[in-house]
Amino acid sequence: MENIIVKKEINYLHITLRTFYYIVVFGLIFWGFKGIEYKGIMQSASGSINALIKGFLNPDMAYATNNTIDGLPFAILETIAIAISGTFVSAIISIPFALLASQNIVGSKVSKIGKLIVTMIRTFPELILALIFISVVGPGAPAGILALGIHSIGMLAKLFSESIESMDLGVKEALESCGGNYFEVLFRAVLPQVSPELMSYTLYRFEINMRAASTLGLVGAGGIGAPLIFAIRTRSWSRAGVIIIVLVITVTIIDQISSRIRKRIV
Amino acid sequence: MDKISVSKPKKFKRNLIILTVLFLIVASAWFAGFNVIEVMINLNKGSRLLGRMFFPPDLSYLPNIVDPMVETVRMAIVGTFIGATLALPVAVLAANNFIKSKFLHGPLRIILNIFRTIPALVLASLFVAVFGTGPFSGVVALSIFTFGLVSKLTYETIEAIDYGQVEALMSLGANKMNILRYAIMPQILPQYMSYTLYGFEVNIRAAAVLGYVGAGGIGQTFEFNLAWRNFDRVGTIIIFSFFIVLIIDLISSSIRKRLV
Repeated sequence: MENIIVKKEINYLHITLRTFYYIVVFGLIFWGFKGIEYKGIMQSASGSINALIKGFLNPDMAYATNNTIDGLPFAILETIAIAISGTFVSAIISIPFALLASQNIVGSKVSKIGKLIVTMIRTFPELILALIFISVVGPGAPAGILALGIHSIGMLAKLFSESIESMDLGVKEALESCGGNYFEVLFRAVLPQVSPELMSYTLYRFEINMRAASTLGLVGAGGIGAPLIFAIRTRSWSRAGVIIIVLVITVTIIDQISSRIRKRIV
Repeated sequence: MDKISVSKPKKFKRNLIILTVLFLIVASAWFAGFNVIEVMINLNKGSRLLGRMFFPPDLSYLPNIVDPMVETVRMAIVGTFIGATLALPVAVLAANNFIKSKFLHGPLRIILNIFRTIPALVLASLFVAVFGTGPFSGVVALSIFTFGLVSKLTYETIEAIDYGQVEALMSLGANKMNILRYAIMPQILPQYMSYTLYGFEVNIRAAAVLGYVGAGGIGQTFEFNLAWRNFDRVGTIIIFSFFIVLIIDLISSSIRKRLV
């Protein structure tokens, strides 16, 4: 029997490039590690960890069942309300941005500018937006809603424009050939076709915003973040514990519901 | 001629859903005290602050923020590296098609889910309280967050691989390690690299604000200047970190496009 030997071609350029990439990546990682000085764990660390575990095991139930405006249920509800309103605001504003970034709607030159704008919005941290909006509407939930509403455009408009770009253009052309004007084409051809995907993306962003809304309180933009950071800073671990436990449960439940709806939509 | 009647689909259920969603949105806005008119009236206050930040920003402050920004990038690199390295073996264990044991991947997934649910900023403030302020706490928080994110995306990819290659190896009598090495890894590695880069992009953005709770990086400088109301310096910090993040994002996403 003859042996079949498949000879692998050696591409030296390829190997050199690969080695170069590996060197760059590991060089970057090494450079990163060099800069993070490890000052050693604080003397009190083991005590803090013990206190932290004890606090998580004995959650502050009085706070969790306090139904006034200072209690946990109110703060959680406020966080959900911020996430829902913020997502809604951004979904509405995202549609014009998405159209502006879609190549098959506005042409390739304009869409490049649109895409750049969307990327720039995405890069701007929501926490800084929250600080700016706090100076506009004062501390509280509305600042959080505006921050999420603006920041989420970055992701939503990008996803929206991708689904607009990949849609079937036949319906649009049919309407145009019948003499449909711009808005008729938009509302009768473009939006109905992409709306299931748009809704699915909006729900996905809602899940992300639920997490974001829980940190906005750190800077005073409403929700669960403010009591949480206060509890951590004053090292009231039983209160921080109950907040984190309830937060994890709430976010998990909302994730489950939302992803189930998403599966049915698309 | 017979009339063709097209019965419209029942709209009752659809309308009910639309009404529920609308109710949820209105109720949320009301609960959070969101008032569009008030926002419009107050908009000029915001423009005044923006004016103090960006028109003009204090560019002479730029040399002072290069070091904190370098620290931020380092934190993101190290956090991503540690988190993503730990994520690969755990993802293999958490995938339900490699090791078929519910007792293993059930609890593992719950833990991963908890890691992903707690925002990086909250993790960071916890670690600052335990380990003290500085970039180390930030790196630990980023590592844990990246670990949760990358391992979830990776185990989902492992579950979606083409099973033909695994079966082909099995029929040749390959053991689990061989299957892992020659059937699973080659299929998932490009995706895994892409998720790691995605985690890096998320981490750069997260690292830039982690300092706000004392976990090192540019956020600390930001918080300090904000507290002293040096708004023109705050403007410089925002513009500078914005461009760094934008550049890294563009590089990373162009690499990701070529990977997958």
